[in-house]
Amino acid sequence: KQIFSLTREKKIYINLNETFPCVRLLNATHQIGCQSSLSGDVGVLHLLESEENLDWVLRTGPNPPYMVILESTLFTRPILMKLKNGSSRVAGVLAVQPTSNPPEGFSPHTSCPNENTGVYSETYGPSYAHCNVTMWNPLGTGISYEEFDFPIFSVKDDNDTEVIRRCYMEHNRAVNGSTPQYPLCAMQLMSHMAAVTDTATCMRRNAPTFSLAPDGVCDPLGDANIWASTKPLNSSTKGHKDGVSVVIAATKLDSRSFFFDVAPGADSAATGLVALLAAASALHNATAELNRTILYTFFNGETFDYIGSSRMVYDMAKNDFTVDLDNIHSILEVGQVALGPDSRLWLHSDPVSKRNSSVNVETLVSNLQAAAAGLNLSLGEPNVTQPLPPSSFQRFLLERPIPGVVIENHQTSFTNKYYQSMFDNAEYLKLNYPPNLTPEEQLELVTDSAKALTEVATTVARGLYLQAGGELAQMSRIQADSELVSKMLYTFLVRVNNSWFDQLVKSDWTGVLRNRPTNFYIGVTGQYFSEPALMVQCILANLTGSIANITEGNCQDKKMDKDENMNKDIYSYLWVQGPVRPNSTERDSFCVRSLVRQSKALSPAFELSEYTSKNYSTWAESRWSAIKGRIFLVASHDLEMLTLGVGVGVLLMSLLLTYIVSSKADILFSSGREPTNATY
Amino acid sequence: MTAAVFFGCTFIAFGPAIALFLFTIAREPLRVIFLIAGAFFWLVSLLLSSLVWFISVQISNKESAAQQKGLLIFGVVLSVLLQETFRFGYYKLLKKANEGLLTLSQEETMPISIRQLAYVSGLGFGFMSGAFSVVNILADSAGPGTVGIHGDSQHYFLSSAFMTMAIILLHMFWGVVFFDACEKRCWWAVGLVVVIHLVVSCLTFQNPDYTATLVPAYVILFGMGVWAFYTAGGSLRNIKLCLTCKDKDFLLSNHRPR
Repeated sequence: KQIFSLTREKKIYINLNETFPCVRLLNATHQIGCQSSLSGDVGVLHLLESEENLDWVLRTGPNPPYMVILESTLFTRPILMKLKNGSSRVAGVLAVQPTSNPPEGFSPHTSCPNENTGVYSETYGPSYAHCNVTMWNPLGTGISYEEFDFPIFSVKDDNDTEVIRRCYMEHNRAVNGSTPQYPLCAMQLMSHMAAVTDTATCMRRNAPTFSLAPDGVCDPLGDANIWASTKPLNSSTKGHKDGVSVVIAATKLDSRSFFFDVAPGADSAATGLVALLAAASALHNATAELNRTILYTFFNGETFDYIGSSRMVYDMAKNDFTVDLDNIHSILEVGQVALGPDSRLWLHSDPVSKRNSSVNVETLVSNLQAAAAGLNLSLGEPNVTQPLPPSSFQRFLLERPIPGVVIENHQTSFTNKYYQSMFDNAEYLKLNYPPNLTPEEQLELVTDSAKALTEVATTVARGLYLQAGGELAQMSRIQADSELVSKMLYTFLVRVNNSWFDQLVKSDWTGVLRNRPTNFYIGVTGQYFSEPALMVQCILANLTGSIANITEGNCQDKKMDKDENMNKDIYSYLWVQGPVRPNSTERDSFCVRSLVRQSKALSPAFELSEYTSKNYSTWAESRWSAIKGRIFLVASHDLEMLTLGVGVGVLLMSLLLTYIVSSKADILFSSGREPTNATY
Repeated sequence: MTAAVFFGCTFIAFGPAIALFLFTIAREPLRVIFLIAGAFFWLVSLLLSSLVWFISVQISNKESAAQQKGLLIFGVVLSVLLQETFRFGYYKLLKKANEGLLTLSQEETMPISIRQLAYVSGLGFGFMSGAFSVVNILADSAGPGTVGIHGDSQHYFLSSAFMTMAIILLHMFWGVVFFDACEKRCWWAVGLVVVIHLVVSCLTFQNPDYTATLVPAYVILFGMGVWAFYTAGGSLRNIKLCLTCKDKDFLLSNHRPR
């Protein structure tokens, strides 16, 4: 590197490389998240040592506003609320991520998730509404749903953060009560959000005729649901299908955390979907003789008031989906299924609909109990009469009383200490891969958590088999593959870019293979689907589909051969990258024909333009222009004013002198060497 | 560092130049034209020297710090020589232009004297040189941060502004002396101007020791100012006359032919 390439900017600023901001989300009534001013907020750095030290920031410190650096133990609701109240002296917050999960748990989500869009309300099971009986997420502090008018960024604890700490120690540290001297170390965080107030306001401002910013100010949250059936269903004929009885096997695809695009979602999303994918793979060869169809559905956006499931139910009710609500026989949902030390799973059902004699939940429960027989886990029903936990099944119950069960790893409140936070990761699931192994060796290693999850997957598969009309005697040949489960867990929770997954991935999607875990945040509707949706689509197609021996052109056109096109609405075709040829960088790509399809996961509120809807999710994400942060030194205000004073003085003095000299110029510069009629 | 520093440094750097422009040049269109042409000549010289420097940097060894430093010194020296060459070139052009203007105009006397041209062209060179020295720095000074996070001195902006003021005034003085020396064919004076220009430019290699750069620069500025004053026709007697506030009529009446 050239030593003379240090431009002035590099002498002044040190840019923060990898930052995770908190962004603004809006719904029908509120705006949540963080906002900075248009050109960024500047504040003097302060490393908060304890909660009492907050006094320096909020009252006694001599150089407000302050940019507060919070270590992870101090990133708590009381401190954030105090900073929010004193926000005239707070320029922003920098949260340092710890190297390991906090042992006491941390959940920024609300303590009663999705309480207003579930099935329990004043009209349906009012005693169960608003977590009256069971507080599902007791550790939830709700800070993800608070509004802050300063930027909050998160950084990893690495070299960059060490530079920040050193800058603070050298310049800003108040030694024994003395005030720190200028120049002081300061930081600027920029994360200006365009949208304000609520979804209705920002969608109105999106209209091009109104806004000066023709690109719009916000986008609705949404993506795609992935679903697949075990028997071919003609998707061009929508609405009720005679003679089709469907067992829905549902799970959710998404998660979130306080910070944008950070959502490891291990227990809250990944365990459920890996279990269902493994179950689908186990059932692949056994579904031909079943008399009911199993519909695997992976709902996206459940974290944000059931975006995916509310949309699918809406489509079904409007006869805009391949089957309709009358075709549904029963629903089995797989929730958070990371097994604890007691290896127990709980079968939750809805007490209100069970009272209806036509709703037969007992068969489903007994099928599941039979499915778990002989396996290394035990199933039980909660011994209190309690409502369903937050689950996609609730949205189906809003339309029809359908028998259904939600499988979870908690009897009452969640056992997940890190629900919807950045700590719900591989470390929490005890996926401990020894660091001296290469990524390929880690991929092959079957951890204990993977083995436990395989038992869960086998139970789900056998339960679905029995529920769909299979015979008990044939059940034992259905077995989930622990190596497959382990590889899927590795792909979703440790590293997406590995040799197993990149053989299955769509060939035009390889750019998204990253060397990091999957980001389960749903994101906004756009031209690209979110990572989990595309990953599940590729994996499910490869696990439940078959290889079609056709060319890439025919595959992309969704035909079996040049002339046939009747199967376009039944099968879907995926051109898969395939394995690397030995001794070459080329790949043996192939076409997979499967029954995996996508359906839109955009809340009905946006279809109907009811942006203040109370029934449907109205979540939208604001747009922004730049998100960055940098640190630098600031000089004292007095020095700046002195510079300005000197400048003005120099200007005035020179004006004065020049005027004097130029008015006396003929005297001063007449030396007689030039003729007297020379003009000057 | 904020708007206060931005304006302060702008006024420091360009204050004298703006004052000179306002009071002595702005009213006369011919002077304005020659000022801008002078600025343009300086710009062309900078373009040429930067082209040479750029090419030599590309073909050099980018890893070796000593070579880069050597290249920088070479670049500075080349730039100074090119600037003075272009100053000479401008002088020649102006002589020709003046003859042409004389034949075109109705009057018998030259509309603008060589001495005025010297002053104006020197100031033009100064304006452009100052602009290129300091505009980038001013842009950075408007941001929220000040220099120092890597340990450099805090007074970067201020000293840059003062240095720029010195350079602008120096260019003006050099212009006056240079043109006068060319008129009188006094080549040693021309050479001395070039040498002083080189000295001042190489003084900046002592940055960030700002005192070691600024103090000698201002001493040289004062010296050049005195030299230019005498060259332009001033003398101690004139200053005394001016200070005692004798007016013009008194002067004329007391005028004795030499």
